[in-house]
Amino acid sequence: MTTTEVKPLRPWATTPRQMAPMALIFSGSFFITLFVLAFTPLKGKLAFVVFFFLFSSLANTIYSVRKRGRKALGETLAASVIIGGSLVVFLPVFSILYITLRKGIAGIHMTLFTQSMSNASFLDPVGKGGLLHALIGTLYLIMIAMIISVPMGIMTALYLTEIKGPGSNFIQFIVQAMSGVPSVVAGLFIFSSIILATPIKASAVAGAFALAILMIPTVTRTSQEVLLLVPADLREAGLAMGATQWRTVATIVVPAARNGLITATILGVARIAGETAPLIFTLGGADKINLNPFNNYNSALPFYVWKGLTLGTPESLARAWSGILVLIVLVLSLFIAARTLGTQKMKK
Amino acid sequence: MSSAVLPGSATPKAREITTNPRTSDKVFRGVVTSFGFSALVLLTLIGIFLAVRGFQTFSTEGFHFVTGFKWDVSTDEAGKITYDMGIGAMLVGTVLVSTVALIVGVPLSVSVALFLTFYAPAKIRTLLISIVDLMASFPSVLFGLWGFFVLMPMATYWAKLIYKYLNWIPIFDSPQPYFERSPFIAGLVLAIMIIPIVTSVSREVFAQTPLDRVQAAYALGATKWGMIRAVVLPFGSSGVVGGAMLGLGRAFGETVAVYTILNLVFRPNWHVLFGAGGNIASLIILKWGEATGLETKALLAAGFVLFLMTLVVNMAANFIVGRTLKSGK
Amino acid sequence: MSTDSSSAATSGSNGAAPKSLADVSANRASNRAPGNNPIGSGLEARGVHAWFSKHHALSNVSLDFAAGTVTALIGPSGCGKSTFIRTLNRMHEFIPGAAMAGEVLLDGKDVYSDGVDVTKIRLQIGMVFQKPNPFPSMTIGENVLSGLKLAQIKAENKDDLLEECLVRSGLWNEVKDRLGAHAGGLSGGQQQRLCIARALAVKPKVLLMDEPCSALDPGSTLRIEDTIVELAKSITIVIVTHNMQQAARVSDYTAFFLSDGGPGQMIEVGPTNEIFSRPSDQRTENYVSGRFG
Repeated sequence: MTTTEVKPLRPWATTPRQMAPMALIFSGSFFITLFVLAFTPLKGKLAFVVFFFLFSSLANTIYSVRKRGRKALGETLAASVIIGGSLVVFLPVFSILYITLRKGIAGIHMTLFTQSMSNASFLDPVGKGGLLHALIGTLYLIMIAMIISVPMGIMTALYLTEIKGPGSNFIQFIVQAMSGVPSVVAGLFIFSSIILATPIKASAVAGAFALAILMIPTVTRTSQEVLLLVPADLREAGLAMGATQWRTVATIVVPAARNGLITATILGVARIAGETAPLIFTLGGADKINLNPFNNYNSALPFYVWKGLTLGTPESLARAWSGILVLIVLVLSLFIAARTLGTQKMKK
Repeated sequence: MSSAVLPGSATPKAREITTNPRTSDKVFRGVVTSFGFSALVLLTLIGIFLAVRGFQTFSTEGFHFVTGFKWDVSTDEAGKITYDMGIGAMLVGTVLVSTVALIVGVPLSVSVALFLTFYAPAKIRTLLISIVDLMASFPSVLFGLWGFFVLMPMATYWAKLIYKYLNWIPIFDSPQPYFERSPFIAGLVLAIMIIPIVTSVSREVFAQTPLDRVQAAYALGATKWGMIRAVVLPFGSSGVVGGAMLGLGRAFGETVAVYTILNLVFRPNWHVLFGAGGNIASLIILKWGEATGLETKALLAAGFVLFLMTLVVNMAANFIVGRTLKSGK
Repeated sequence: MSTDSSSAATSGSNGAAPKSLADVSANRASNRAPGNNPIGSGLEARGVHAWFSKHHALSNVSLDFAAGTVTALIGPSGCGKSTFIRTLNRMHEFIPGAAMAGEVLLDGKDVYSDGVDVTKIRLQIGMVFQKPNPFPSMTIGENVLSGLKLAQIKAENKDDLLEECLVRSGLWNEVKDRLGAHAGGLSGGQQQRLCIARALAVKPKVLLMDEPCSALDPGSTLRIEDTIVELAKSITIVIVTHNMQQAARVSDYTAFFLSDGGPGQMIEVGPTNEIFSRPSDQRTENYVSGRFG
């Protein structure tokens, strides 16, 4: 019996014909919403979104019930609530990005990246003074925090995944508890232990210590996940060849997980780049460039924004917005870098 | 190890296998082990230092430190400083703001997690998941700015509406019609800040719903929501609770956003719509700049209390989540 | 019952099929006459194909399941039997990238046609899976009636329905005193019978069973086979099985599936004792005589 070519079909997929009523519902709701907004005291983008959603959900529910009976009521209502809830969550994200862009761009000047605040005050209009000192400070903080946290974090992850010694469960628990330590507490701890008791006073190093406390759990957890993904056969192959455990780990396991470990680091940095609270106790908040990370007050991007925010004048706020724009660009770039590295690893 | 047992003979005893690791391995294990335990050490140190420094406060003020509602540091003409410090009002504020954040944030997070796992088309799912994760990396000072300038005007409007219609419920009443900078608005901003965490945990749990139960529900003629109600929610409920507790821990310790939005006043305020209150974390940074001596120690003691609160909540949360993911119920 | 063979019939077997299988099924078949039952199952598959993304998994399967019969689908692993029954109750489409072609007619109407409510189809065509999957958060009684709750069907007398389903699935005597206990406390065989009762509660016309006994011990297996034979008096059953003895014990008709590296195909279908004693196709004979598979 000959078989002719048969086409694979998806009869369960929504056909354009079935989508037509939905299009009708949406466009109808659109116009009704405009109508309602025009003739009632309710105004604004938010009111528009809310009412559009309400009307289209209502219309959709009525349509479904008429088409498929009362049983469809629960199903459609649930879908509407779930989609509505998700809208409520995603809208603020875009709102935040939008307003940062809008208000931040207004304050972008070349001086932002070439000057510090040593000759200007936060009350001066934007254009005088910049955040170079804060950029340098953030750079120092990130580097020093990385030097401390990355080896600590990866080693702890190695202990938990490779050695699995006694107390592993307990340490796992501790790492998770540590990831919940509030940033304020991290700052207070460094203050009370290091700044009060050792020659190291408020400086970039002290700030980096506080940030490291926050970064270590993130690096540990993500490294753990990455190391667990390395197949057991790789390790067994190394040991079967007679290599010691440390050689196996160093030459086989870690390189296999290399991309993931880098992602773990980047995500850890992204988390601390925006932290403000711990710096208030440990950094000092200088206004001029300080190239010495061990001595004397320093600054950082979040601190710069914080200063502008707390002063509250239009000029200082404009500075704060431009500062937060720079910070967000930094965090976003780190995030995208981590994601691209992550997916690259998957493809390999 | 043991060969076939002849009937009537006893089972041979298992031999003990010992390994003697090479020196390089011993060093490796030693180094890694010490790093592993360092996390434990670090956490304990934090607790110790804060407690020690703040001990003086506890010994002078005693229990009053936790229950007192005033924070007075005054210097009289003779230069003598009197202290009357109690974080009670801030505890009230912490609880109130975090509760609002949970009530608003957890249902939203569950909705998003359900949407991402069961409703979102495959093509945009990864993008949306990335957006939620990105939210988690936003600096808290950004939420403070946005909350103050964008959310507050809108939320004040809603607050006035709630007050107008629901002020017979005591918690929605307000001693004065000042609705800006209230725990309600601060709670809303915190809700958005904890949503990424709670969503992430919920999503992980939902995605691990055993496929055979999902299929059983569908084969019985369930709709998608029917399946979710019968299988996914019972399975994932404790995971969601764990995630909510993680979010709570984060809300407890949130500093900058609360400081920016909330009108920090030292009186216990249970009226969620009324613009006054504070939480422990924002108290600490409010008073830090001018604090000296005993007051600084008191702030450290406050930090210790906050540390304990967050620690307890986080440990409980991790325990609950771990149980769900491991057992598969 | 149509017989489809894709190659010229070779001469009948010279007793190559194990005598015992054919005997077993002949014994059974003489107990009942197929097609004697009033329930119109009217389940028919016409030219069914199935794909997983680009992979063509099943090709041109046509089967007509007569009312009140038990049809066994046999064949080596991976030749599309499970995929086929999942196209019957529209569970195949849950797999990402799934596609199909052909028709599946229930009472003369294609279940894949436009405007069909798929949840109603699944109420009429029930399914029991290889691994027992009762809902652990529900009690035994709730499990049985869960189908009603999910489909929002009102039943006049829930207790009677509960008892009836558990009796039909052969579990009543063992659980009648503990209907409020959690389903997780039952043994594997009991859990599977619970799943059968659950499937029966929504009164399907057809029951699909995907290797229902392969995860169970021999004792439970035999009990479930007895259940199947009993059930077939009132309901049409399609059972996928790896176990030829089982097919011989319970089924009226048997369909043999095979894949030669390409998509799975149904090679031959016929009354069970004929398939085991005088199969038309050489490949069928090779399989039932144990030469491969």
